[in-house]
Amino acid sequence: MSADNALTLEQKQAGIFTVSASPHMLSNESIPKIMWTVVIALLPAVIFGMVIFGGGAVQTVLLCVISAMVFEAMVLKIRKRRICINDGSAFLTGLLLAMCLPADVPFYLPIVGSFIAIVVAKHSMGGLGYNIFNPAHVGRAALVLSWPVAMTTWTPMTYSVDTVSSATPLGVLKLQGYDAVVQMFGGQADMYKDLFFGFRGGCLGETSVLLLVLGGIFLIYKGYIDWVVPVTMIGTVGVLTWAFGGSVGLFSGDPLFHMMAGGLIIGAFFMATDMVTSPITKKGKIIFAFGCGAITVLIRLIGGYPEGVCYSILLMNSVTPLIDRLCKVPSQKRRVA
Amino acid sequence: MFSRGKWGIHPETHKTATADRPIESMKLPEKVIIPIRQHIGAPCEPVVKKGDLVKTGQLIAVGNAAVSSNTHASVSGTVTEIAVKPHPICGEDMAIVIESDGADQWEENIPTNRDWQAMTNEEILSIIKNAGIVGMGGAAFPTYVKLNPPKDKQIDTLIINAAECEPFLTADHRVMLEYAQSVVSGIKIMKKILGVQNIIVGVEDNKMDAVKVMREAFGDLAQVIPMKTQYPQGAEKMIIKTLLQRSVSSGQLPMDVGVVVQNVGTAAAVADAVIKGIPLVERIVTVSGSMIKEPKNLKVRIGTSFADVIAACGGFEGTPGKVIMGGPMMGIAEYTVDVPVIKGTSGILAISVKEAKKMEESPCIHCGKCVSVCPMGLNPSMLSILAEKEIIDEARDEYNIVDCMECGCCSFVCPAKRHIVHHIKYTKKLLADKAAREKGATK
Repeated sequence: MSADNALTLEQKQAGIFTVSASPHMLSNESIPKIMWTVVIALLPAVIFGMVIFGGGAVQTVLLCVISAMVFEAMVLKIRKRRICINDGSAFLTGLLLAMCLPADVPFYLPIVGSFIAIVVAKHSMGGLGYNIFNPAHVGRAALVLSWPVAMTTWTPMTYSVDTVSSATPLGVLKLQGYDAVVQMFGGQADMYKDLFFGFRGGCLGETSVLLLVLGGIFLIYKGYIDWVVPVTMIGTVGVLTWAFGGSVGLFSGDPLFHMMAGGLIIGAFFMATDMVTSPITKKGKIIFAFGCGAITVLIRLIGGYPEGVCYSILLMNSVTPLIDRLCKVPSQKRRVA
Repeated sequence: MFSRGKWGIHPETHKTATADRPIESMKLPEKVIIPIRQHIGAPCEPVVKKGDLVKTGQLIAVGNAAVSSNTHASVSGTVTEIAVKPHPICGEDMAIVIESDGADQWEENIPTNRDWQAMTNEEILSIIKNAGIVGMGGAAFPTYVKLNPPKDKQIDTLIINAAECEPFLTADHRVMLEYAQSVVSGIKIMKKILGVQNIIVGVEDNKMDAVKVMREAFGDLAQVIPMKTQYPQGAEKMIIKTLLQRSVSSGQLPMDVGVVVQNVGTAAAVADAVIKGIPLVERIVTVSGSMIKEPKNLKVRIGTSFADVIAACGGFEGTPGKVIMGGPMMGIAEYTVDVPVIKGTSGILAISVKEAKKMEESPCIHCGKCVSVCPMGLNPSMLSILAEKEIIDEARDEYNIVDCMECGCCSFVCPAKRHIVHHIKYTKKLLADKAAREKGATK
C-alpha cells in the first residue's frame, strides 16, 4: 500500500477518541429552550395584563421575575452548584407567580412569594426536576394565607368601559349569585365577550382567555405540553359546573362562565402541564387533569374560596408520584407494538 | 386512544453525502484481522495454524454450535498470528491475522455456477450455513438459523428489511440500486426454503429510486412498499408492525407471528453463496461523517482495519472526536482505528470533536418526551432514574427493561441530555451479572 494513502501515525494518535454508549447524535432540545419557549407563550397575556391593569402590573411582574432570579442565583451559590439562571426556569417561575397575583399588591409580596417559590418549594426539595409542588403556586398559596386582604384587593382596569366594579366575577358569584355577575357585565353576551377577551377583574395574567389559549396552542404545537391536560381539566370543570353549578336543580349551571372565569385557563394550560410536577404517562396526565378539574369545582361550588384552581393543582401535585406508580408504562396495548 | 401508533423520531438523515456514490471496490489490504466472534452465538474454532498458506474463501474457523457461523479467509496469503486483537464490539478478542500475498488467489471452484433450483432445501441451507452468512443489517444473527424455523412455527410471510433507518448509512440503498439481480435471486432462494408466498420488501420513502428499481426487478415476486421515514423503522418489531399490523409481544420472536425478516444485503449474500459459491468474505460499508475526507460506499474485505478503510476514503478531515461502527443511533464508539471490519459492519463514521462532546447530564424534568417516542412503550425516564439508584429488580419486573432494544430515541430527544441508553445498558449488565451469580449459587 502506498504510504501517502495510509493514515499517518499522527492521525492515528490524534484519535484519542471519545468512547461512549450510543446514540452518538442528539436532538437540539434542551431545558433552556423549553423554558424560554413557555415564557414566550405567556408574554402576550402578561403584556395584556400590564395594559389593562397599568403600572402596578409592570412593577409586580418585574419584582417577581428579578427576585426569583436573584434567589435562584443565591441558592445555587449556597448549594455550590453551577449558577445557570439563564436556563429560564427561575424567570418562568417568577413570571407565573406574577401572573397569579393582583396587579397592585404591596412591593414586598412579590419578593416573599418568589422566596417561597424558589427557595422553599423548589430548592429545598432538591432543585429543578425534584420539586413536588408547582413553585409558583406554592408561592401564591403562601401569600393568600399570609396577606388575605392584599391578595383579594383587585385593581380596577385602566379603561373600564361598562364595568365599574373591580371585583372578580367568581368573587361576585360566591357572594351575590349568578344574576349579579350577569348584571355586572351588563348582559350574558357581554359577559362571555369580556371574559373571552379578558376585560374583567382578577389576577394580572389570568384574565385573557384568548391570549392564554393561543399561547397554550403554541406550546401544544411545539410539543411541550400535552393537549389532554387542558382539555380534560377544562372539560371536567365545564361538565361538573353545568351539572351542579345551577340554582334550579341539575344541569342548570353555566359551564361557559366557569370555564372562562378565574385562573382556570392559565392553570390548565400552564400550571397543570408543568412537567416536573405532573405525571409522565398520558393515562396519568388524564387522571391528574381530571382530579384538578374536580377539586376546582368542589372548591368553587362548596368551599369557602371563590377560586380553587391553585389549590386543586397543588393537591394533585401531591399525588403525582402515586399516579406515576399506577401508570408505570404508557399502556399494555402499546407495549406489544 | 392509547394505542396510537405514535413512536420514533426524525433525526437528520445525513445520507446525501454517500447516497449517490456508486459502490467502489476497495483495493486489497496488506493484512486482515479476522475475529472468531463476528456473529450472535458461539465463537467459532480456528482450523488453521500459524504459518499456514490460505486462499481467498478458504474456511479458517468453524462454528459447530447450534447457533454459530463459519469464518473464511478474505485474502490469500499466510496466517501470521492467531492472537488477541482489537475487536470493534468486544474491545479485544481472539482473531486470525492473515498477511496478504497480493495475488487474491481464490479457493478452487470459486466462483462457480450452480443451479439452485435443482437442490433440496437441506442442501441450500447447508451451503448458506457453510458460507458463514449472517444478517448484514448489523446484528449478524446466523442466517441459516432464521431460515430454518422449528417445524411447529407456521411461516407465511418473508419481509425483506431495506428500511435503513439509521442516519448516514446508504449501504443497503446502493445494494438495491446496483445489485438488484442478486437481491432478487437471494429472495427467490429464501422463498423456496421457507415455502412462503407472501414477500414484502419494506423501504423507507426517502429512497424512492430504490423502490422503483426494486419494483422493476421483482415484478410479481414481491410487493415493494415504501414506509414513512422514521427511526427506528428498520427494527424487526417495528417493520412487522408497519407492514403487517402484527404485534410481536414481549419475549416473542418474529417467527411466533409467522414472519421471517431478512436484510436486503443478506439476500444478496445468500445469492452469491448459493449460486456462485462465494462465502461471506466482503461486504458493503458506508464510510461517512463530517471528519471523512471523501465519504464513500466501499466494498471491503472482512478483516480490513478501519484505518485502511478510512485511508481509502482520503483519510481524516481534521481531528476526529469519535469513530463509530454502524450508524450514529445504535453504533459502537471505537477506541482505536486498528479494529477490523467484521460481518456486521454496515458503516464507519468519523465525527468531529465538537459533535462527539459529551453533554453534561442534568436531573430528569419529567417532560415525558422519552415516553412518547419509545417504540416499545416503555418509560425510559424511570428506567434511567432506577439505574442511577441501582434498583435493578424493579426495573426488570415493573418497568420491563428487557424489552428495551436500545434504539436511542429516548436519549436523542431528552432535553436534560440524560444518558438514558447508557443507564439502561448498565442496568441490563447488572441484571445479567446477578442472574449469573444466582445460577452459580444454585449449582
